[in-house]
Amino acid sequence: MSALTLNQGQTPVNGLNRGPSLFWRLYGVKGWLAIGIGALIAFVVFPVLNLLVPPTSALHISAFWVTLIGKIMCYAIVALALDLVWGYAGILSLGHGLFFALGGYAMGMYLMRQIGREGQYQADLPDFMVFLDWKELPWHWSMSDQFWWAAVLVVLVPGVLAFVFGYFAFRSRVKGVYFSIITQALTFAAMLLFFRNNTGFGGNNGFTDFKRILGFSITAPETRMALFVITALTLIGTFLAARWIVTSKFGRVLEAIRDAEARVMFCGYNTMHFKLAIFTFSAVLCGIAGALYVPQVGIINPSEMSPANSIEMAIWVAVGGRGTLAGAILGAGLVNGAKSFFTVAFPEYWLFALGAIFICVTLFMPRGVMGLLKR
Amino acid sequence: MKAALPIEVTAGQGTVLYLDGISVSFDGFKALNNLSLMIDAGELRCVIGPNGAGKTTMMDVITGKTRPDEGRALFGEAADLTRLSEAEIAQAGIGRKFQKPTIFEALSVFENLELAMKADKRARTTLLSKLSSEQHDRIAATLTLIGLRNGADRIAGLLSHGEKQWLEIGMLLAQEPKLLLLDEPVAGMSDHETERTAELFLSLAGTHSLVVVEHDMAFIETIARKVTVLHEGRVIAEGDMNKVKNDPRVIEVYLGR
Amino acid sequence: MLLQGKGAAALAALFISASAFALDRSALEKLASDDNDEKIAAIAALVAEGDPKAADVLKSAAEGEIELDGKKVEIVVNNRVRARIAEALSVLKLLSPDNAERHAAATALTGGADPAMLSLVLKARDAEQDPAVKKLLELATAAMQLRSEDKETRLAAIRALAGSDNKALLVEAASDADEDIKRAAQKTLRAMDDRLVWGEWLGLAFAGVSLGSILLLAALGLAITYGLMGVINMAHGELIMIGAYTTYVVQGWFRGSAAFDFYLVAAIPAAFVVSAAVGMLLERSVIRWLYGRPLETLLATWGISLVLIQAVRTIFGAQNVQVENPAFMSGGIQVMANVVLPWNRIFIILFAAGVLVAMWALLSKTRLGLYIRGVTQNRSMAACVGVPTARVDTWAFGLGSGIAGLAGCALSQVGNVGPDLGQGYIVDSFLVVVFGGVGQLAGTVYAALVLGFANKLLESWSGAVLAKIAVLVFIIFFIQRRPQGLFALKGRAVEA
Ligand SMILES: Nc1ncnc2c1ncn2[C@@H]1O[C@H](COP(=O)(O)OP(=O)(O)OP(=O)(O)O)[C@@H](O)[C@H]1O
Ligand SMILES: [Mg+2]
Repeated sequence: MSALTLNQGQTPVNGLNRGPSLFWRLYGVKGWLAIGIGALIAFVVFPVLNLLVPPTSALHISAFWVTLIGKIMCYAIVALALDLVWGYAGILSLGHGLFFALGGYAMGMYLMRQIGREGQYQADLPDFMVFLDWKELPWHWSMSDQFWWAAVLVVLVPGVLAFVFGYFAFRSRVKGVYFSIITQALTFAAMLLFFRNNTGFGGNNGFTDFKRILGFSITAPETRMALFVITALTLIGTFLAARWIVTSKFGRVLEAIRDAEARVMFCGYNTMHFKLAIFTFSAVLCGIAGALYVPQVGIINPSEMSPANSIEMAIWVAVGGRGTLAGAILGAGLVNGAKSFFTVAFPEYWLFALGAIFICVTLFMPRGVMGLLKR
Repeated sequence: MKAALPIEVTAGQGTVLYLDGISVSFDGFKALNNLSLMIDAGELRCVIGPNGAGKTTMMDVITGKTRPDEGRALFGEAADLTRLSEAEIAQAGIGRKFQKPTIFEALSVFENLELAMKADKRARTTLLSKLSSEQHDRIAATLTLIGLRNGADRIAGLLSHGEKQWLEIGMLLAQEPKLLLLDEPVAGMSDHETERTAELFLSLAGTHSLVVVEHDMAFIETIARKVTVLHEGRVIAEGDMNKVKNDPRVIEVYLGR
Repeated sequence: MLLQGKGAAALAALFISASAFALDRSALEKLASDDNDEKIAAIAALVAEGDPKAADVLKSAAEGEIELDGKKVEIVVNNRVRARIAEALSVLKLLSPDNAERHAAATALTGGADPAMLSLVLKARDAEQDPAVKKLLELATAAMQLRSEDKETRLAAIRALAGSDNKALLVEAASDADEDIKRAAQKTLRAMDDRLVWGEWLGLAFAGVSLGSILLLAALGLAITYGLMGVINMAHGELIMIGAYTTYVVQGWFRGSAAFDFYLVAAIPAAFVVSAAVGMLLERSVIRWLYGRPLETLLATWGISLVLIQAVRTIFGAQNVQVENPAFMSGGIQVMANVVLPWNRIFIILFAAGVLVAMWALLSKTRLGLYIRGVTQNRSMAACVGVPTARVDTWAFGLGSGIAGLAGCALSQVGNVGPDLGQGYIVDSFLVVVFGGVGQLAGTVYAALVLGFANKLLESWSGAVLAKIAVLVFIIFFIQRRPQGLFALKGRAVEA
């Protein structure tokens, strides 16, 4: 993405002058230009270079890059979601990997059903169920062959979980590190649950070997490109929605909560509602990102819920710069780009590099790359 | 200081705040011990007392931050403060200034006031709300009043200590409360600013009820009408400044052991 | 000893005559037949002669192949036949001159066996000199006689089985058509239950304490660094891991030497010192700059943990390493028929208690402890009265890290040691500290024990994974109800 050049636009509330119109409230000229360029690349350049330019040409973009960038865009959506809760509202959730994985699993169930009888056992049931000697679909798989139902689950499962969990946590004023620890415990518990074969989500192996989505072959270049474009669209949509939120009064209340929650309450705001709303919204975004991720990478398993993944998400945001939306996208791109590079070139050094990123960013770049760029 | 106040007149008769037999204990230590207090509409009440007397804790109880173990706390006609949440209490019309200035450091001065300003403060409406021109004018008036008219766009975290104090007072005014609780409002202010604060409070009294906690006796003397002395969680004296000053128990508490 | 040796000799002599004959050819043929019942009869026949060669035939039969007239013949062995072969092999082992081997064989047979082999087992029983083995063989014969035709024999067998702990045997008899047998079996079963239930509870309690002590060790260091100092150290697990690897290295030095059994004497202080040194280094270089910013500390220390994990992988390899227990730590004490308390677990419980006492003494009786408490309660005040706060921070962090190293040393005695060792404990140990109440040493202890018990109790009826999930979910909700933890004071410190 062209997030590098994205600008935060003008300060929306401009002193004593009247506020600008909604369009200019979101971004200034430069910002919109950057978004336009990003959209152009995603919607025109990539499809043309991937599908129309022959593979022999130097300009051809291979499926590898389409998948990689598609994957990173999913991560960028997660980073935006996490930035909303952490960068703006000051709530560091270490459970976002869970919401991401839940969205992925919801989509994965549908994809498993789309395999039909083409699995190894050529049965009506997904392979892993045949393997476990199950005779019929468990209750939570009913309707999983319907795409609309999968779409509903993608939004509903992370959303409801986040709402219920957040309700209890925020109501009892769990905050700061406590909140981080219990969200981490939640993720961990969910991971253990999904590792069990009896939970009915394929145990260790999770879901893989998908064949079709909505009837289209999942490996076909056109399908991949369609998924890519949809992901880019979602990313831009998320970006604008997030920008709309943070430039509204709601967004300023979030920042106020981050800085002095008690004061916000004594100003007459019920802070719990704000936190709950943004946490739930953020979880839903993660679910959507997960749902877009799974058909592109072709696998989902419980290790996606490991606490390490959720913490890594936080570092994307920190690298880019907390509290700046463009920073979140940038950070997701930088860290995951580095990861793709390292795990191919020097696999044994990746953890060193990642560890160093964690340490250096927190010690030396508290405002992330965006902070450096602004200076 | 006769600047146009961005505040409507809150005419009300009788008692605004009514505390009766409030006790609060922390791990067996009684921070408030059977405390009773009544504030009339339009009254300016000063509360003094040595460190640890329970002044801040009393404000915590009134604003819902701390729940009393015993006792009743009523606001206005019917509001039971022991049952309402902090936000509900604030909406009911009680504003509070903290002992340590707390403002929203990352936001601009203007935005600080915008958030504090009386409005519909539900999550849903804030998402869509836009400032009306009338609200703009009111914020502008408050800015003038607190002397930050030219600093509206400055980031609040970069203000000086005194400016932060004023900003917090401005936020309190923008909230348009009926009852203002002020915990050590002039701590860290210059003499001149202290004077201005005193003027402001006096001009607010009558239309608002104020409870001012201060250690600065000179300040108290300039604004005091009725003074309450707290010690070890209970009221040991109440009355006008002269009466309180000559109360033997007060003298003992302040001067000797 | 002498007597037993003689007994074994006599036993061997008893069968000498039989072994002189070649194996019964018809039995071999039957073994090769297709009918499973025939095969089973053949197994019994082979054994009845007590020929040691039969063992070889049976072993190869178990693998699906026997030699008949010099030719290899494939045979099909299903589970039932396989079980019979295993029994038969055990019966043959009863003839062994080796006490331990006979003991093992007799133990295997207490679960019952094909009654056709009864006569041989009876013979072995009568000849047996070792009282322990003899007792086992009595149970074994009783188990075999349970299916006999004769009612009196069966009743006698049921009575004899009262001394055993094997309920499964009697369950079938307890629903027998014959009223007398049924009643006798049920009565014995009930008596057995009464006896065993205590053992079960004791076993469960021990498992709970044992897990609790491990959680406690993992959490104690954290109780200092997080509980007292407020540093959220995600690399705590890796400090545990470093302690375990230090133990591994020290153990390597001692390997082969006569003093191997005492390597822990060196490993315990080494684990403490190495982890403490790493911890102090981290405090000086990274954590120091992040005091008062818990979320940043969380991320930075997570980064540290990644670096440490990878460093250990690079040095020692990604595979688990083997840490051998000293001899005195293997085995256990049998306190009841169905309860064995392993020595290594007992040692860890004692060790955890020892560490706890030492830590308590250090914090409450020494100058360093006084400083630590002073600094954590009121930093600026402590600085005013001349406490070198920065140095106290380093020492305190080192202390917490060193205790993590001790935990690692202990863990190396009960589980695998690998680069990921610490990751498994980090969630748990934070939950213990938070559950117990931050800043509360006593709370940490109770929380560790409560969680250990709860985990084991749930495990006994829902399985390990579900138990773990249940405990996690419980804590999540508990913390939401009581954010200050089990024991925390209701004070200002909590809100900060
Ligand atoms: N949350 C709390 N936990 C424990 N003790 C508390 C808590 N809040 C207040 N206290 C104690 O209650 C007593 C009263 O405190 P309070 O802050 O109300 O005093 P104060 O009159 O405002 O003092 P100052 O003039 O110094 O501000 C003090 O001794 C204080 O230590
Ligand atoms: Mg106070």
